[in-house]
Amino acid sequence: MKINELIASPSELTDAAASKGAVVLMTRIRLARNLAAEPFPGWAKDARKREIRDRCMQAVAALPQMKRGLALPVENLDELQKQILVERHLISRELCHAKSGSGVVISKDQTCVVMVNEEDHLRIQVLRAGFQFKKVWATINQLDTDLEEHIDYAFSPKLGYLSACPTNLGTGIRASAMMHLPALVISSQMDKVVRAVNQLGMAVRGLFGEGSDASGSIFQISNQTTLGESEEGIIRHLHGVLSTIVDQELNAREKLLETDPNKLFDKIGRAFGILQNGWLLNSGEAMNLLSLIRLGVDLGIFADTQRAVVDRLFIECQPGHIQHAAQGAFEPAQRDVLRAGRLRAEFAKLAAPDFTPAPK
Amino acid sequence: MANPLKCDLCAKPATVHLTQIVNSKIHKIDLCEACAQAKGVTDPSGFSLADLLLKASLNPEPAGDVRCESCGFTAQDFKKTGRFGCPACYQHFHGLLDPLLDTMHKGSEHTGKIPLRALARKTLCERLNRLETDLNQAIKAERFEDAARFRDEINQVKSSAGPKSGASHEN
Repeated sequence: MKINELIASPSELTDAAASKGAVVLMTRIRLARNLAAEPFPGWAKDARKREIRDRCMQAVAALPQMKRGLALPVENLDELQKQILVERHLISRELCHAKSGSGVVISKDQTCVVMVNEEDHLRIQVLRAGFQFKKVWATINQLDTDLEEHIDYAFSPKLGYLSACPTNLGTGIRASAMMHLPALVISSQMDKVVRAVNQLGMAVRGLFGEGSDASGSIFQISNQTTLGESEEGIIRHLHGVLSTIVDQELNAREKLLETDPNKLFDKIGRAFGILQNGWLLNSGEAMNLLSLIRLGVDLGIFADTQRAVVDRLFIECQPGHIQHAAQGAFEPAQRDVLRAGRLRAEFAKLAAPDFTPAPK
Repeated sequence: MANPLKCDLCAKPATVHLTQIVNSKIHKIDLCEACAQAKGVTDPSGFSLADLLLKASLNPEPAGDVRCESCGFTAQDFKKTGRFGCPACYQHFHGLLDPLLDTMHKGSEHTGKIPLRALARKTLCERLNRLETDLNQAIKAERFEDAARFRDEINQVKSSAGPKSGASHEN
């Protein structure tokens, strides 16, 4: 598979739109793995690092799960291509900045990714739309076991899988869910949720991980500790916390509908108006408007089938995707015009909001 | 008389002796007055002994120059980057790491997945290497009965490993 084919085919995350996954947009698990007796990527000399990369990429690309997938050294990707892969959550920003000797292998359906020589020799990742921890864990566990057939991992019976950073020691697992929490944001309860989640040893980040803002009311919640607990235990614990947050979000929605439906419908109706008629939209504003439309879908104001459209637009309104669609490099101001145009076209087709499910 | 305790940071006589219990592990440190002041130990509003211990182990005087024999990474490098140089660093820097792990994770021992296939492969490989060394030594020393025994054992290990790894490929 070539990079252009991959970019041309829609991301896994833009597809599935089961209403079960209404609050949880995406489930992702990654495992940090390293080769035994080799220096970690941050400390290895360039030649050694390239040699490690070639060895890893060969082993990974040979896996049945990666059949007809994409396998490339990072230096073969241009800036825009890298940005698109980041926007699809396939690779990290850190991997983009890697100078040389790094690589990436992506499965044909874009659900399995192995980053080579990011912070660790191998960062195995599986992602799927919706709330799918069981499936994602089963897939990544198998992928890891298959890879172990060909690679000797750095492993200590006491400390588990050895990682470059001791914060990933042990299981090397980071399980996370991307959640859409507009009602908790509107009712100013998000601070409380973040504090509670942090106290439970879990992290809350924005859409694009560390340091990104929470535009679109989208948050990533993940475990932070990796040692002293089994993978299943970590996932179960996280799953419990996430289920509670889903309930909180649904409660907050009901509360909003009960106490001030006019305010809520006004927000959703205006969002629809701007998306249909706006001419300049930056990605933050677009995300926030799309988030309100998605909330409208969940409340029955728009057709259920529109959820998939919104989820696709969350990704396709990002700067890299906008530029790729317009086939060129554009300044932010030009991108805002292009983005608004794209959204106008998309929302012209959409049936007007139906507020009749409103109780009052 | 015994020597008075020396400061862990600068080797002057120590007058401040600290004991802190972190996750049921005792950490002790001895400091001179100046260092205690400088590190804020006298400030009751909290300080981390783990942090101090980390710095103490960086000091070449009491702890020696900690350096990973496999990759040359130093404790200083770890302090700077928060990352290690290679898997063997975990053995060389365990004194520095152990107090940090207590605060970083739920426990300090791995209870998760184990790479069974890789470990089995490693054990097998080590056993074969050992047998082959034994075999060569036996041949050199003209202990041919022993040599024959080692050869048979090698063949046995190889053949018992053969079908097993074949079966795992089918799964």
